[in-house]
Amino acid sequence: MTLQINLPGLVLKNPIMPASGCFGFGREYSDVFDLNQLGAIIIKAATKQSRYGNQTPRVAETSSGMLNAIGLQNPGVEAIINQELPFLSDYDVPIIANVAGSSVEEYVEVTKALTRTTTVKAIELNISCPNVKQGGIQFGTDPELAAEVTSKVKAVSHVPVYVKLSPNTSNIVAMAKAVEAAGADGLSMINTLTGMQINLSSRKPILANKTGGLSGPAIKPIAIRMVYEVRQHVSIPIIGMGGIMNAEDVLEFLLAGANAVAIGTANFHNPFVCPEIIQALPGVLEQYGFRSVEDAIGKGHEHGVTNFSRA
Amino acid sequence: MINKELLTIVETIQIAKETIKMRLQGSEKIKHAKPGQFVHIKVGNEGSHMLRRPISIADVNQDQQIVTIIFKVIGSGTDHLSKCHVGDVIDGLIPCGTSYPIEQITMDKALLIGGGIGVPPLYYLAKQIKEQGVEVTSILGFQSSEHVFYQSEFAELGKCHIVTNDGTHGFQGFVTDVIDQLDPTFDYYFSCGPTPMLKAVSSKLQDRNGYISIEQRMGCGIGACYACVVPTNDGSNGFKKICKDGPVFEANEVVL
Ligand SMILES: Cc1cc2nc3c(=O)[nH]c(=O)nc-3n(C[C@H](O)[C@H](O)[C@H](O)COP(=O)(O)OP(=O)(O)OC[C@H]3O[C@@H](n4cnc5c(N)ncnc54)[C@H](O)[C@@H]3O)c2cc1C
Ligand SMILES: Cc1cc2nc3c(=O)[nH]c(=O)nc-3n(C[C@H](O)[C@H](O)[C@H](O)COP(=O)(O)O)c2cc1C
Ligand code: FES
Repeated sequence: MTLQINLPGLVLKNPIMPASGCFGFGREYSDVFDLNQLGAIIIKAATKQSRYGNQTPRVAETSSGMLNAIGLQNPGVEAIINQELPFLSDYDVPIIANVAGSSVEEYVEVTKALTRTTTVKAIELNISCPNVKQGGIQFGTDPELAAEVTSKVKAVSHVPVYVKLSPNTSNIVAMAKAVEAAGADGLSMINTLTGMQINLSSRKPILANKTGGLSGPAIKPIAIRMVYEVRQHVSIPIIGMGGIMNAEDVLEFLLAGANAVAIGTANFHNPFVCPEIIQALPGVLEQYGFRSVEDAIGKGHEHGVTNFSRA
Repeated sequence: MINKELLTIVETIQIAKETIKMRLQGSEKIKHAKPGQFVHIKVGNEGSHMLRRPISIADVNQDQQIVTIIFKVIGSGTDHLSKCHVGDVIDGLIPCGTSYPIEQITMDKALLIGGGIGVPPLYYLAKQIKEQGVEVTSILGFQSSEHVFYQSEFAELGKCHIVTNDGTHGFQGFVTDVIDQLDPTFDYYFSCGPTPMLKAVSSKLQDRNGYISIEQRMGCGIGACYACVVPTNDGSNGFKKICKDGPVFEANEVVL
C-alpha cells in the first residue's frame, strides 16, 4: 500500500512528521531511530535573535496531556542555519522550518534567512505569538493581522508557506479563510490551547510562566472538530495535529480532512512513536477499507456539510 | 545510544518510609549504565501519565543484567510504580544523561553528600570508586529516622555519617552542618539532593573540586524539548539541558 502524499512543495513518503518543538532539530532523535523513515520533520521555532525562553519548571503533566511553556528557546535563525540545518541536510527527508516572531518584520526576516538555504522545503508560520507592536495581541487571534503576516511572508518566500493556526480563538474558520485569501499554501493545525495548573500545597501555578500550552490526547477532539470545520470552508491542504498517539488517531485526522499529520507530545511518551505509527498505518487503513492515505482524506465528510452552531 | 528497554521487576521492597527499592532485569545493553545516569520510566499509560519519570540508577549488577532503583513515593507516578509487582514489565529509556566522570579524574579520597532521594545515585558511584581504590566518606541527610535507608550499604564502603533534620537518627541538622563539624579531607566531592541542599553544599565547598547532580521536571528526557534547561555560570547567557548535558555537572558550571 502506498503511504505517499504530495503537498505543495513536499513529496512525503508517508503523512507522518514530528511536530515543531517536540523533536528539537532532529539530532537527538537520530540517536533513537533512522530519521529517513519520516515523512517530513518540522523543526523547532526560529526567531531572529537567540532566545533563552522561560524559567523552569517549563512542563507539567495533565490528564491525557501536558502543559508546556518553553518560551520559544532557540539559538536564533543564523545559528540554526549554520549549526543545525547541515546535519539535517544529510537525510532524505523534507524539512519544514517553524517561524516565530514578535513583529511582522521579524517573521519576514526569519523566513528570508531560512529560505536562503536549500534544506528548508517549506515554512510553517507559527502565528500563536504576541505582536509586541500591537499591545501583545496574538497574530493568531486576529484575522487581519494573520492575513498581513501571511501575505508579507509569502512575498519573500520561494517555498510554500503553511500557516499554523492557534485554537485559542472563537472562530477558527475565519482565521483559516483569512490566511487562505492572503496566499497561504496550506494550514497546519492545531497549536496548543492555553491552560494552567496550580499546586495545592504551594498554592502556586506549577509552571514558572504560570500559563502554558495544553497538548496531547486531551485536545484531540478539539483538533478534530477544527480540522473538520475548516476543511468545509477552505481548499488548501491541512497538516493536522493535536493528541495523535497511534495510527487510528492518524486515520481520524485524515477522515476529518487533514492531508498529513504531525505528532508532538506522543514523542515524549514514546520516542519511537513516529516509526511505530508509520509501520502500523497500512494495516489500519486497510482495516477500515482504504487503499491509500489519499483515499482516506476527507472521508469523514460524506454525510454532507454540517452547520456548526456558534454560541 | 538510548535504548527503550522492557525491564522485568525481579524484586520490589519498601526499605524506608515511602521509599521503595526495585530491581529491574533487562537486556545485555543495560550493563553499560554508569553512576549518575538515570532511567526515564513510563508509568501507567498516556491517559494517566503522559510524561515519563526520571529515576537514578542506584546500582548495576552486570552479570545478572539488573539495575536497582530507589525511589520515594511523592505523587501519582511514583505511587503507581510502587504498586507494581514482581514479574511486571516496565518500559524504560536507559541509560539517559551523563555520569560522574570517574574515569577522567584521579583522587585518593572522595566525599559523597546525599540528601533524601539524591542518595541512590551515590551508592553505585561509591561502589565503583571504592573498587578503584578511592577512600570514600559519605554524609547522608534524611528528614527523620524512618526515612533513612542504605546506611549499612554505605558503611561497608567507607565512613558513613547520617544526619536527620529532626535529630531522630545520627546528627541533627543539615548535611552542611556535618561538613562543618567533621571537616573531612577529600580531593573531590560528589553531591546529589534537593536544589536548596546543593546550593548550600556548593557554596560551602566553593573552592573545592566537585560534581553535583540536579533535578528538574522533564519532558522528552533525551535533549529535544528544552523543558529541563539550567543557565550556565559563565555569564554567556548559555544553558545546559539537565537530561542530556547533565544530570551531573561540575559544581560551579551551572546556576542553581
Ligand atoms: C535526573 C533525575 C534523577 C532522579 N532520581 C530519583 C531517584 O533516584 N529517586 C527518587 O525517588 N526520585 C528521583 N528523582 C525525582 C523523581 O523524578 C520524581 O520524584 C518523580 O518524577 C515524581 O513523580 P510523581 O508522579 O510521583 O510526582 P508528581 O508530582 O505527581 O509528578 C508530576 C510531574 O512532575 C514531575 N516531577 C515531580 N517532582 C519532580 C522532581 N523532583 N524531579 C523531576 N521531576 C519531578 C514528574 O516527573 C511528573 O512529570 C529524579 C529526578 C531527576 C530529574
Ligand atoms: C514542548 C512543546 C514545545 C512546542 N513548541 C512549539 C513551537 O516551537 N512552535 C510551534 O508552532 N508549536 C510548538 N508546539 C506545539 C506542537 O507543535 C503541536 O502543535 C501541539 O503540541 C499539538 O500536538 P500534540 O498534541 O501532538 O502535541 C510545542 C508543543 C510542545 C508540547
Ligand atoms: S527533558 Fe526534554 S530537553 Fe531535557
